[in-house]
Amino acid sequence: MLSRTADNLYWIARYMERAETAARLLEVGARIALLPSAQGYRNDWDSLLRASGNAAGYAAKYGAPAEKAIESWLFFDRDNPNSVASCITAARENGRIVRTALTGQVWDALNTAFQELRQLEARRASCELSRLTDWTMKQAAMVRGSIDATLLRNDGFNFLNIGYYLERGDSTARLMDVKYYVLLPQLEYVGSGLDNDQWSMLLRALGAHRAFHWAYGGEITAAKIAHFLILNPQSPRALITCVAGMANHLGRLAKYYGRETPAQPAVQDLLKMIETATVETIFDEGLHEFLTRFVGEAARLGAVIHDSYLSGDM
Amino acid sequence: MTTYFNEMFDGKSVRDPYARLGDWMATMPADRRLEKQAEAEALFRRIGITFAVYGEGGDPDRLIPFDMFPRVFTNHEWGKLERGIKQRARALNAFLVDVYGRAEIVRAGRIPARLVFQNEAYERAVAGFVPPKGVYSHIVGIDIVRTGPTDFFVLEDNCRTPSGVSYMLESREMIMRMFPELFRENRIEPVDRYPEALRRTLASVAPAKCDRDPTVVILTPGHFNSAYYEHSFLADLMGVELVEGADLFVEGGFVWMRTTEGPKRVDVIYRRLDDAFIDPLCFRPDSMLGVPGLMDVYRSGGVTICSAPGAGVADDKAIYTYVPEMVRFYLGEEPIIPNVPTWKCGNADDLGHVLSNLKDLVVKEVHGSGGYGMLVGPKSTKAQIEEFRERIKADPANYIAQPTLALSTTPTFVEEGIAPRHVDLRPYCLVGERIELVPGGLTRVALREGSLVVNSSQGGGVKDTWVLAE
Repeated sequence: MLSRTADNLYWIARYMERAETAARLLEVGARIALLPSAQGYRNDWDSLLRASGNAAGYAAKYGAPAEKAIESWLFFDRDNPNSVASCITAARENGRIVRTALTGQVWDALNTAFQELRQLEARRASCELSRLTDWTMKQAAMVRGSIDATLLRNDGFNFLNIGYYLERGDSTARLMDVKYYVLLPQLEYVGSGLDNDQWSMLLRALGAHRAFHWAYGGEITAAKIAHFLILNPQSPRALITCVAGMANHLGRLAKYYGRETPAQPAVQDLLKMIETATVETIFDEGLHEFLTRFVGEAARLGAVIHDSYLSGDM
Repeated sequence: MTTYFNEMFDGKSVRDPYARLGDWMATMPADRRLEKQAEAEALFRRIGITFAVYGEGGDPDRLIPFDMFPRVFTNHEWGKLERGIKQRARALNAFLVDVYGRAEIVRAGRIPARLVFQNEAYERAVAGFVPPKGVYSHIVGIDIVRTGPTDFFVLEDNCRTPSGVSYMLESREMIMRMFPELFRENRIEPVDRYPEALRRTLASVAPAKCDRDPTVVILTPGHFNSAYYEHSFLADLMGVELVEGADLFVEGGFVWMRTTEGPKRVDVIYRRLDDAFIDPLCFRPDSMLGVPGLMDVYRSGGVTICSAPGAGVADDKAIYTYVPEMVRFYLGEEPIIPNVPTWKCGNADDLGHVLSNLKDLVVKEVHGSGGYGMLVGPKSTKAQIEEFRERIKADPANYIAQPTLALSTTPTFVEEGIAPRHVDLRPYCLVGERIELVPGGLTRVALREGSLVVNSSQGGGVKDTWVLAE
């Protein structure tokens, strides 16, 4: 397949995943709005913006964090490249470019999302926040589902999945990093109401609130959360799940093309970094340090994948 | 008052090709029609078919209105059209090979040298080069109008990259989906083998150096182009890669595309890009859309470019008037479908006639297209005519004039029900090792009452075009 086509497929997946991340952040925002307004929660708005990856852009346009402005920024704002609207538009445009590599259903899902987005934009004043986030999750699920249900299991399928897993791992790590201090075992916070709210906010942001309770039960602790989001292969958004997913699809590419590239050893290195870690070693290193290292390594892997398959300069 | 030939009704009686559509039309309740129309539009929007006919400009995200009332030809009518179209496509290609070779037709004094060699579309870069199988224009779009039961005229030739064929195919799909019963009652020649025929045509002109099953690609200017939908649609149906200039590079006398498995050789390029943009080393140096060095590979027989660079010299409006002469000169035949009588304003005698009959004539710029820069005399005000007169006088050679044609009409769904509207026809003739014509084409319809301009930028729509089986 054309390198550019592979690149477009990879970005369709990344943008759809990113749209979902933005929507999850919005959902968290909606919950913040329902909580009593105390000094501590201003902090939550800030961390929300930082997690969205473009806090500086927001500050330049709107100044101080405010509920309505943040909603608009995360969902509709085209000046925010990570807003739901920007991501869905970009995913659909990438899809339009590679129509020939998609099934009718996948294209339909992407295009429907885009057409409905335009309708939402036309009557944005009357859109309820909860409907916007539900709508986004649904569109992301439709695209994902039509990919899984209808696409040939060929190289294109692998590039899409690599995009999904890379973006998802990156977003989990960034979200955790924004909140890493909450997970630090600081005595004065443990057991306090604030603490629990902060933790559950993080889990909600990752759509993992209910899943966490199913998997662990009982008390929420920092160690359990770190384990769930980094090391538990059952957790769909855990770093280990994302890296194993990439390793799987890169392995399939190597088999499909009958040749290995530097991307295969690179993903194995990253997988090893996580597989050999334990909650204890992570906290010893420092959660923030560990996550920073992961984000850096993941970006490096992204660059190797780009050079090996997507740039066409081999 | 002019009377127009109605392709369906001859007085009160229904003409043969439309026999079975009469009942269909009469018995369809208005609400069902509106429902179907809305459904069709929603479908077109959903599949994302946005499109503009070559050179027409306009909003790239706009849908062209689709009229559900089919336009029908009998097998006999089509037989004559087919012979005429193939004849013309052969003559145009013979002309192109000739003017880039010995230019016998110019030496014989049948076409003025100036019109050929000083034409902007004449590419000196390919003089002396004969493309594989002697084909310059592989897809010839010939615009045809009708004025009577047996009266057809060629309005224009398109030898470069005529667009709109996706609409021919999608319109048919749409009608089959909306009204399957029509296909049981009528025996309609299918058009869906076009992509396969196109692929075969392109593969048949593989370059001399290609010693294997040729790799064919479509070269697009990119997804911002208004016809991008069509490019990707054709690539999909042909099962070939859709590439942009940056996906290709030249090395070792061949053209390669960048793939996830490394470079892959390309043998035939169906480009949907103007000559000026295909190779910045040979043509416009500021082109970001082309492939540096492509022309060198082409001229050394490493790749075939379709249509061949330079093909545009055959479809110029000034050259158009000489096409019947080409048919006689190269084929020794009389043209089966005549030209519309045309006056060349660059010609002193013709100019006098044109200037004193402006109110009855259609005047066009020689290099214009898309219904812009033209005067439709009978539909214009005195002031518009006077303004145009000055423009013609200032640069007579830039204009040609034709009588206002009594374009045929076919029944068309309009707000009030069904009414006659003017139509034209663009069939797509494929020229490779063989010459092929899929029975059908793009029928464009002027949706505004009384309008003779079918261009989509001027309120035109499209129809499905049927050729009935014998």
